[in-house]
Amino acid sequence: MRRDWPSSDMTGRQRLLVICCLCYSLPANGWDWSGNVAVEGRTFFQSPFDSRQYDNDGSISFEPELAREWNDGRDIFVTRLFGRLDARDDERTHADVREFQWTHVGDGWETLVGVGKVYWGVTEAWHLVDIVNQTDLVENPDAEQKLGQPMAKLSLEREWGTVDLFALIGFRERTFPGVHGRFRTHPRVDTGHALYESGAERKRVDLAARWSHYIGEWDLGVSLFHGTGRDPLFIPTLDNRGELVLVPYYELIDQASVDIQATLGQWLWKLEALYRDSDSGGFYAWTGGFEYTLVGIAQTSSDLGLISEALYDQRGDESATPFNHDLFLGVRWTANDEQSTELLAGVIVDWQNGSTLLNIEASRRLGQLWKLSLQSRAWFNVSPKDLQYPFRRDDYLQLELARYF
Amino acid sequence: MKLMNRMLPAFLLVAFLLLSLDLPAQTPEEKGLAIATEVDDRDKGWGDFQANMEMLLRNRHGEESLRKMRVKSLEVENDGDKTLIVFDEPRDVKGTALLTYSHKVKDDDQWLYLPALKRVKRIASRNKSGPFMGSEFAYEDLASQEIEKYTYKYIRDDELDGIPVFVIERYPVSKYSGYTRQLVWIDKERYIPLKIEFYDRKNSLLKTLVFKGYKQYLDKYWRASEMFMENHQTGKSTLLTWKNYRFRTGLKDSDFTRNSLKRTR
Repeated sequence: MRRDWPSSDMTGRQRLLVICCLCYSLPANGWDWSGNVAVEGRTFFQSPFDSRQYDNDGSISFEPELAREWNDGRDIFVTRLFGRLDARDDERTHADVREFQWTHVGDGWETLVGVGKVYWGVTEAWHLVDIVNQTDLVENPDAEQKLGQPMAKLSLEREWGTVDLFALIGFRERTFPGVHGRFRTHPRVDTGHALYESGAERKRVDLAARWSHYIGEWDLGVSLFHGTGRDPLFIPTLDNRGELVLVPYYELIDQASVDIQATLGQWLWKLEALYRDSDSGGFYAWTGGFEYTLVGIAQTSSDLGLISEALYDQRGDESATPFNHDLFLGVRWTANDEQSTELLAGVIVDWQNGSTLLNIEASRRLGQLWKLSLQSRAWFNVSPKDLQYPFRRDDYLQLELARYF
Repeated sequence: MKLMNRMLPAFLLVAFLLLSLDLPAQTPEEKGLAIATEVDDRDKGWGDFQANMEMLLRNRHGEESLRKMRVKSLEVENDGDKTLIVFDEPRDVKGTALLTYSHKVKDDDQWLYLPALKRVKRIASRNKSGPFMGSEFAYEDLASQEIEKYTYKYIRDDELDGIPVFVIERYPVSKYSGYTRQLVWIDKERYIPLKIEFYDRKNSLLKTLVFKGYKQYLDKYWRASEMFMENHQTGKSTLLTWKNYRFRTGLKDSDFTRNSLKRTR
């Protein structure tokens, strides 16, 4: 069983119930309500390696947001909750406080206290330098969903840029698919017994700082992080039932990173780079490339973006990421129509071992309140050396229908 | 001296005649620019404003969809304005915000805030001919209308619905504009646009914009409460409605930073 908010003794279903009750009991006056409810279906094209894993899955999710501004917008309170009920994967049935924060805006400064979400970076295929929030990996293998991070933040806005100082209070463990879930390793990751380098384990306070600015066509960011790294290492262990599992081990790291974007006409040039140091050694990694947008293609009002990004990690095949010597090639089609129809399709090819991931994402609004999203991934030619090797039979199609309110 | 005394009235008469003649006649280009400059001058000094904006999109089958936004704008001396647009509807894009620093000549700077990812994304503003939120308004139609963004030509005096107007033509300077030219009907008395015809890159009539329900704010600044854009080539239309205009609300540069995007609600 996973141990996180609000209490380690609660099951995912109980946590969902708590969230629903909280939402129902809050007063409606003066508060700004929004959010969505969604149903999602997934189907896999090949049978799994482990017969306990599912072939088809269905789930529903609920993401309400409640916000209030007072003091002429100088004080802002936001709470955003998330919960999912999954038919097959117990680990994917989970709930999280994505945001529960109070922001106070001063003259040239700003404070934030509570559970928040922070995004750093510029690239599309892989978000290398984004480190503040832990990945809610059980949500989607694309690693773009994040868990809420308790923090205190001070921002200073000056002529020479914005400085953000963070105290990250407590550590969130990465979520992983359960026994019945797809997109998992064999053996599976056992999140119940994670190990930490820090004696404070999940109670450690991590520190981060960021300077960001823009100068003409250039947007720049420099970030520092000191604390428990978000990417775990894995230790094969026998659990108490004698099953071989991988136990996550979270190291202490120091990381310095830059992210740069140049916006030059129809060209966006992007670079993210980092150096990370820990007991298991230091390394650097970078990802960067361009997006070129063709406007109003074929006498229509739609745009076509051509994206190419390289992904490099000095650790090579020893990397904690599968994207260590890879090239991303993609197209982004934006219809610019009333329904906001969009399509992003791309491949990430490892230029050393040839492993290829095909990724397709599309979405379209239906009417005023509904949105239909499609996602499909398929793996080709996956080398045993590649970290994506366990997923090579996880080709899937996912449809989600969301109702916004 | 006597000669001088006798010559003086004649000299003065000649001088008077010379002055009263039209000086080297104003070219249509100069007159067009002069009218546009007067429009611009009369709209200077508003400081800042906040307003609500609704767009009713209608396709040729009569199907409608609605967009709701909040707009904040700050006048910047000697440069284009700063504008922040926050979307309220459709609900799936609620909280999405667009920050624009417009410039007189060089490309505007634009950042888009995506609330689901908490990501501030610098976007290429060359995409000015693209539709704004799927509407019939292009980004360039809604951008701050700086004098330097066009060259001008006076066409004729006319009347529009009984109102005396100047008709001028203007030509976008940017090669990324979606138009070859725009024909603008300007109220002679108030120096405000009443109608604009947009001609596409092939110089055929693409859209017509009609301004309605002008109201005066701070006893000086005229703002239309309705802007109706009709696309003649697709049969689609967009009715843009401005509501709840508030001027000089005390907005500052710090309300228009990349950081401020993250706290927009």
